[in-house]
Amino acid sequence: MNIGRKLLVAVPYAWLLVLFLIPFLIVLKISLSDVALSIPPYTPTLDLSAGWEGIRTFFSELDFENYVFLTTDDLYWKSYLSSLQIALISTFITLLVGFPIAYGMARAPEEWRPTLMMLVILPFWTSFLIRVYAWIGILSTEGFLNQFLLWIGLIDAPLTILNTNTAVYIGIVYTYLPFMILPIYAALEKLDGSLLEAAEDLGCSRTTAFWLITLPLSRPGVIAGCFLVFIPALGEFVIPSLLGGSETLMIGKVLWEEFFSNRDWPVASAVAIILLLILIIPIIMFQRNQQISREREG
Amino acid sequence: MRRLSGFNIVSLTLGFAFLYIPMVILVIYSFNESKLVTVWAGFSTKWYGELLQNEAFLDAAWVTLKVAFFSSTLATVLGTMAAYVLVRRGRFMGRTLFSGMIYAPLVMPEVITGLSLLLLFISIGLDRGVLTIVLAHTTFAMCYVSVVVSSRLVTFDESLEEAALDLGASPWEAFRLVTLPIIAPAVVSGWLLAFTLSLDDLVIASFTAGPSATTLPIKIFSSVRLGVSPEINALSTIIIAIVTVGVISASLISKHQITKREREERMAMV
Repeated sequence: MNIGRKLLVAVPYAWLLVLFLIPFLIVLKISLSDVALSIPPYTPTLDLSAGWEGIRTFFSELDFENYVFLTTDDLYWKSYLSSLQIALISTFITLLVGFPIAYGMARAPEEWRPTLMMLVILPFWTSFLIRVYAWIGILSTEGFLNQFLLWIGLIDAPLTILNTNTAVYIGIVYTYLPFMILPIYAALEKLDGSLLEAAEDLGCSRTTAFWLITLPLSRPGVIAGCFLVFIPALGEFVIPSLLGGSETLMIGKVLWEEFFSNRDWPVASAVAIILLLILIIPIIMFQRNQQISREREG
Repeated sequence: MRRLSGFNIVSLTLGFAFLYIPMVILVIYSFNESKLVTVWAGFSTKWYGELLQNEAFLDAAWVTLKVAFFSSTLATVLGTMAAYVLVRRGRFMGRTLFSGMIYAPLVMPEVITGLSLLLLFISIGLDRGVLTIVLAHTTFAMCYVSVVVSSRLVTFDESLEEAALDLGASPWEAFRLVTLPIIAPAVVSGWLLAFTLSLDDLVIASFTAGPSATTLPIKIFSSVRLGVSPEINALSTIIIAIVTVGVISASLISKHQITKREREERMAMV
């Protein structure tokens, strides 16, 4: 029995140690190495056969050169800043688009709600790649949006949207919208309707009651939704590489190209480590928000 | 709550139009005669025919299904174990690290997960192929499974398990006969989630797949980079159809189960 219990902990534990923690330490180590024309394309590599001497030379050859390099080359800090900007703006737009939908769902008759929920979840289960792909045909110069706008006479010449940052914003808002709607809907659905009635009985207009009651009480959902969009959007790769253009600088794309095109593994690793350091703050804030709302419920 | 206002109706209509119009266009134009994706030239199913003859796509689809099946099954076992440990076992050595490792992959950017796993496989000299993709997908999917299963485990009464143990069941019997049937819906949805995540993944698979194994998303991505093609529309339509049928039947089944449980509870009350 005891062996069974130990195995229950040990198997998933060992799996995560080997396939999550150790790989992460390897990235950390390679980010401190130098690029080299060899296989694997970096130096130093750990030579255990040389014993302690080998380990000592190994550590003495590690340095922060790649991080220094990242600060001297414009491309990198511009990409970090532009990723932050794109992620922040698109999170905000997603909130503006998602909140009214979640609000409408929460006010809909009870028997509609499961269907509406399913309609929000369905795109989430559909391939991410396909949903991004769908926008290429819509946003391209001869695409459906331009055809439509020309047809209704709003524009005289097709707009260039595909391969610009605008297309990236649209792509992020579209693909992450369910992540925003669901937590806000969950918060709004729990809202006690009698609070609003009481407010109106006491002379509040419907709009004032919304601002004074509905909005503050939906805050945990709004915060959760914003983090659920912001965190993955920051490291996004697929959307900027399919919808974005040469002007679109996003760190996920830079990392990918550094690794696959330039084959500079140490710099790619340093880019990854810094991206994680940037993400730690919103991740911890998100965890605290979740914990607080759990405690309130419990 | 109360009646829908005009504003609610407008926002729901526009919101769902925004969510669905791109996919509807994609599906309609998969039946387009013309090679040009944005010009309608009459109804045709020829792109489906061409898709079925495209061996590269079929091979990739087969690899993808294999990877998704094995990784989601493995992830379900490991994730359920992890959830059980986190919820039912109190303190043990390294619990904080363990729960950290369960939650971290959920928020880790895919590019970093992919990069780190690739560097691991290279440093231990494991050839990249189906096996490495399965290992990679299992690792991040087990975390999702564990979150889904543990949310079910926390809500159910531990005393049921204790009762089984008091009545002489071994811990394994108590798990198999009491716990598992109760958490089964969560385990199934965990498996489905893991399966979908694996089918869908481009970034991690691109890092961990070698030249010998190409998954469908990798294939789609490389052909989409060259521009839109009606074949991809046809493929997308098939995927959308499968997902739609799956999601609708899953929700019907769960609705049926809820009504059944409610009926049984009412019977028990009488």
